[in-house]
Amino acid sequence: MGSTRTTGAPTKITQGSQTKGGIGESTLRPDGTLKVTGEFAYSSDMWHEDMLWGQTLRSTVAHAEIVSIDTSEALAQAGVYAVLTYDDLPAEMKNYGLEIQDTPVLAHGKVRHHGEPVALVAADHPETARRAAAKIKIEYRELPLITDEASATASDAVLVHEGRDDHHIGHVPHPNIVHRQPIIRGDAAEAAKKADVVVKGEYTFGMQDQAFLGPESGLAVPAEDGGVDLYVATQWLHSDLGQIAPVLGLPEDKVRMTLSGVGGAFGGREDISMQIHACLLALRTGKPVKIVYNRFESFFGHVHRHPAKLYYEHGATKDGKLTHMKCKIVLDGGAYASASPAVVGNASSLSVGPYVIEDVDIEAIALYTNNPPCGAMRGFGAVQACFAYEAQMDKLAAKLGLDPVEFRQLNAMEQGTLLPTGQVVDSPAPVAEILRRVKARPLPPERQWESSEGADVRQLPGGLSNTTHGEGVVRGVGYAVGIKNVGFSEGFDDYSTAKVRMEVVGGEPVATVHTAMAEVGQGGVTVHAQIARTELGVTQVTIHPADTQVGSAGSSSASRQTYVTGGAVKNSCELVREKVLEIGRRKFGTYHPAWATAELLLEGGKVVTDGGEVLGDLVDVLAGESVEVEAEWRHRPTEPFDLRTGQGNGHVQYSFAAHRAVVEVDTELGLVKVIELAVAQDVGKALNPLSVLGQIQGGTTQGLGVAVMEEIIVDPKTAKVRNPSFTDYLIPTILDTPTIPVDVLELADEHAPYGLRGIGEAPTLSSTPAVLAAIRNATGLELNRTPVRPEHLTGT
Amino acid sequence: MRVNFTVNGRPQEADDVWEGESLLYVLRERMGLPGSKNACEQGECGSCTVRLDGVPVCSCLVAAGQVEGREVTTVEGLADYAKQRRSGEAAHPGGGCATGACGTSLQEAQQWRARGTDSQTGEGGELSPVQQAFIDAGAVQCGFCTPGLLIAADEMLERNPQPTDADIREALSGNLCRCTGYEKILDAVRLAAARQDRQEEAV
Amino acid sequence: MDFLRPASWEEALAAKAEHPTAVPIAGGTDVMVEINFDHRRPEYLLDLNRIGELREWEVGADTVRLGASVPYTQIMENLRAELPGLALASHTVASPQIRNRGGVGGNLGTASPAGDAHPALLAADCEVEAESVRGSRLIPIDAFYTGVKRNALAPDELIRAVHIKKADGPQQYSKVGTRNAMVIAVCAFGIALHPETRTVRTGIGSAAPTPIRAKAAEEFLNAALEEGGFWDSRKIITPSVAKQFAELASGAANPIDDVRGTASYRRHAVGIMARRTLGWTWESYRGTGRSSTEGVA
Repeated sequence: MGSTRTTGAPTKITQGSQTKGGIGESTLRPDGTLKVTGEFAYSSDMWHEDMLWGQTLRSTVAHAEIVSIDTSEALAQAGVYAVLTYDDLPAEMKNYGLEIQDTPVLAHGKVRHHGEPVALVAADHPETARRAAAKIKIEYRELPLITDEASATASDAVLVHEGRDDHHIGHVPHPNIVHRQPIIRGDAAEAAKKADVVVKGEYTFGMQDQAFLGPESGLAVPAEDGGVDLYVATQWLHSDLGQIAPVLGLPEDKVRMTLSGVGGAFGGREDISMQIHACLLALRTGKPVKIVYNRFESFFGHVHRHPAKLYYEHGATKDGKLTHMKCKIVLDGGAYASASPAVVGNASSLSVGPYVIEDVDIEAIALYTNNPPCGAMRGFGAVQACFAYEAQMDKLAAKLGLDPVEFRQLNAMEQGTLLPTGQVVDSPAPVAEILRRVKARPLPPERQWESSEGADVRQLPGGLSNTTHGEGVVRGVGYAVGIKNVGFSEGFDDYSTAKVRMEVVGGEPVATVHTAMAEVGQGGVTVHAQIARTELGVTQVTIHPADTQVGSAGSSSASRQTYVTGGAVKNSCELVREKVLEIGRRKFGTYHPAWATAELLLEGGKVVTDGGEVLGDLVDVLAGESVEVEAEWRHRPTEPFDLRTGQGNGHVQYSFAAHRAVVEVDTELGLVKVIELAVAQDVGKALNPLSVLGQIQGGTTQGLGVAVMEEIIVDPKTAKVRNPSFTDYLIPTILDTPTIPVDVLELADEHAPYGLRGIGEAPTLSSTPAVLAAIRNATGLELNRTPVRPEHLTGT
Repeated sequence: MRVNFTVNGRPQEADDVWEGESLLYVLRERMGLPGSKNACEQGECGSCTVRLDGVPVCSCLVAAGQVEGREVTTVEGLADYAKQRRSGEAAHPGGGCATGACGTSLQEAQQWRARGTDSQTGEGGELSPVQQAFIDAGAVQCGFCTPGLLIAADEMLERNPQPTDADIREALSGNLCRCTGYEKILDAVRLAAARQDRQEEAV
Repeated sequence: MDFLRPASWEEALAAKAEHPTAVPIAGGTDVMVEINFDHRRPEYLLDLNRIGELREWEVGADTVRLGASVPYTQIMENLRAELPGLALASHTVASPQIRNRGGVGGNLGTASPAGDAHPALLAADCEVEAESVRGSRLIPIDAFYTGVKRNALAPDELIRAVHIKKADGPQQYSKVGTRNAMVIAVCAFGIALHPETRTVRTGIGSAAPTPIRAKAAEEFLNAALEEGGFWDSRKIITPSVAKQFAELASGAANPIDDVRGTASYRRHAVGIMARRTLGWTWESYRGTGRSSTEGVA
């Protein structure tokens, strides 16, 4: 039996513990009322007098030289105000990109993937713009396609990007490889000799789409000073700004960005989509320009999750101890780099999973191909690896005749474990415990679909389609656990900024929190208000709209916002509190000695001693004054991974979740109904328990989606996307989603604010392999690819 | 072309409508009612769900010209619609809306307009039970699916005040949500149903 | 684009005669998708929503005259006894919102092999009432589908109704999709037992260029049931007969590989659905009332 020892304890809160609506409570969303009444202004809801509609013309082929573009007919159409191509770009800088500026704002001489933007139209009605775009004539001369590792790295391979000069080119074996990260520790070949059993597997992970419900959209309004005001849905305002301003040829202060309502993100808004295009059209026409992608265009408008091939070898001794692991992970980054380097870093450094393996030989690469560009999506890099290593764990356990959960527990990492990168896990890592918890949960009763009136098809595989009344249905149970890094890693200066003001408004002390954090639905705004209440002892908190008038908050990704921007809000609040107490001491210090001697807290709008004695009212302390602090806050620094050995303290925190999936499979038709997906996750500290559940259940469901239905299908012969619609890219409905019981652990990470742990991504990791394991358990099939389709389950 | 119809009890007229425009486009871009959301434009997500003569439909698949002379209820009018229904039920027990006499009168519509809401906080008006339940149960994250779900859930509770979980799932199977994993949405509908029950017991 | 809004059926026929390229729009669930996605820009849209009789149905002695625009929801709720196969098929159509708008006329007009109603209509047996200013005619369903998304309608004709034989025996319908709701058919199968004529009819969707019947399977089963005296004895159908029926149904399919599924899976799935739905209908005919054979939702 593996160790189930857990370390760590819940965080104790002193300051603010008596103030209502602080951290630890399930306070309700401040934007909830607006969202249920339809008044919340999403980026697609922006409207301006006299505005034009922008339309993007995209390439119909994946890889081609552009021989000619003729825009004359489009320009001649009534109602058309502008047609722009590469030649109209105003600045020296014509590319953008998160890390490598390899993405043309509009195609220049060449297109590298299906759906690449080539020209823009602005017109007075969307239909006018569409008709005009259809009149732009483009002549392509098609080029050979790069679609996989073999075609990318062949000696005579066409280069997707000729003349690369980015900082990765020096260490990649081929220019069609964006980035490569090996991790070598111990001696895997030698350790393999100690193995009693060895398991090798080749795994395929399909291309998943974020499929946020609110397509890319926004409004650019030209300003009198020659600049532009941009209202847009994004995950990171300042990162956008740094990419937008240079290609517009404007200083950053002339591009003023305000976050509009964001209809979900999940990584898909980390890259630029319509931002620059709308600004270009607005600046050219002198009119406000709105761009709204439809669902079809949205599939081309953002990057997807990297599809991957994963080659794994694990060994173990008879008594169930892992001896070694070798793996190669090949991620298809598509035509542009996007977040590929970071995805490689995560995939390689987390490829071992939450297990102790001393001898490893790891390599991860991302390719440049002519497939759709891939980048950030919830859990990136770690998601693909988890699917593969968890399949390996089940195979090993089966081969050893061990229980799959006990086998995992036997090898589970814990606090103090040395990772393959040489980094020590220095906060709670209750891997064995979360596995124990999901396993201990009672199984849902069998044949729940049976009722006195007959079989309720809604509860059977196939659902409303009435494919089975119980025939062919077999139950299966599967387990998985995963590890995800929290925050930006590998030496990135991952900071956030928060501006906090405290003043008296209408006779009440009010705190205002202003950050550039993108509220994408996760509930960051709820948590910021809670932190301000706790730290400042007030109940009234105003959340200022997110914009670029305050410093960067970093990205709403990598499970980092509550940690980092939450940390920044906490920090700024603490600085405000000190200043407020300073004022109090100055004004009232002479009236009571405790002002100088006691530990002072702010509670319920009052200054109190830690003994509970009230020293004064914040209204009196502040009187006419307001206290404001804008400060940056950073988590502990990380280091880059060594480019040859992968050694380095690359990550700041880890997040763990375990799932147990119970499925019923119609083995004859290959249809799957997930009956229950139980989760256990350590969250360090649940700042808002209701939001924590929402994140865990939502992430779990996205993992379920890529297990049984979600995949962007790219034709290998043409590199064209075959299913860019919600008719053929399927995401789970409420009838596909099971009950998701959640067991939340709160083991504080002493390095993090309130001991919290980033939570958004971990549940997406282990959900997929747990469902696959359950399907394997039901069918006895090997199933080395996800999503699994009916033809895989029926051998047809 | 010109289209005349009633939205949330108010007669509306749209001019210069392109014949290919959907009801969704007219609501969002011509009537200043962007609450109904455009997420797929092919009837595969339910975000644009409105009631057309009382029946939940995807407004993206209704041609603007088809709503001539008809009544549309959007999320912006949901609270009033629910309020109307409550008072209607009190006046004609068991009568429901089948008589067609449950629409909002022009006078009532104008009152609705006059009362308005505070666009900053949205706290101007009373919410319908299902709207309140969505907030309370944590069923709202990004909120993009919320308006369509609210219309669908409200209509289901009107037909079936004590739904089983399977009933809720079936009724909401045309509304995609990408954030929540649906658990909190189920909670919200259960909560709204329970509160409705309690209210009726109290009556 | 012009939007034609006839207030009556006669006006609609006149409009269609004047503008044969006009695209009829009722539930909008096909036409609006094509317009929204810029796949189609018809010269004229012919709105049928104002024609009340298209949303009405009449239950006669032998047939149901089902108005072309009767929403699937209404079929599910009101015609379960008369048209059980179509009611089951209706329940699998897209989402509740779509079922509130879409009707059989749209499925027939579009004539996509993936239309959910087709297998049920083929199995039940029906005639499509097509009308133009020239007059009205009944097109047997077996002659209606003429090619991929093509049908037997003349350019000036509109679908007024479908005359569907009232069920004289159990009917079933199954559809495979890769999601448990709101999904387009990977393939579908409908079956209807007609004890009065001692025949079985079938329909297959999404597994050939048009909706088809599994005729060889029907002929085999009709003969086997007759020879074995099954209609009278109501005995359990022997597994070998069910198996052969399933294989022949599968063999009738002529599917393609596409993003929704492979051809070989479709063939396989049609066979499974044929076997299961035969089992369900036959058990029901036998009147065993074994609950596990009844699907409910």
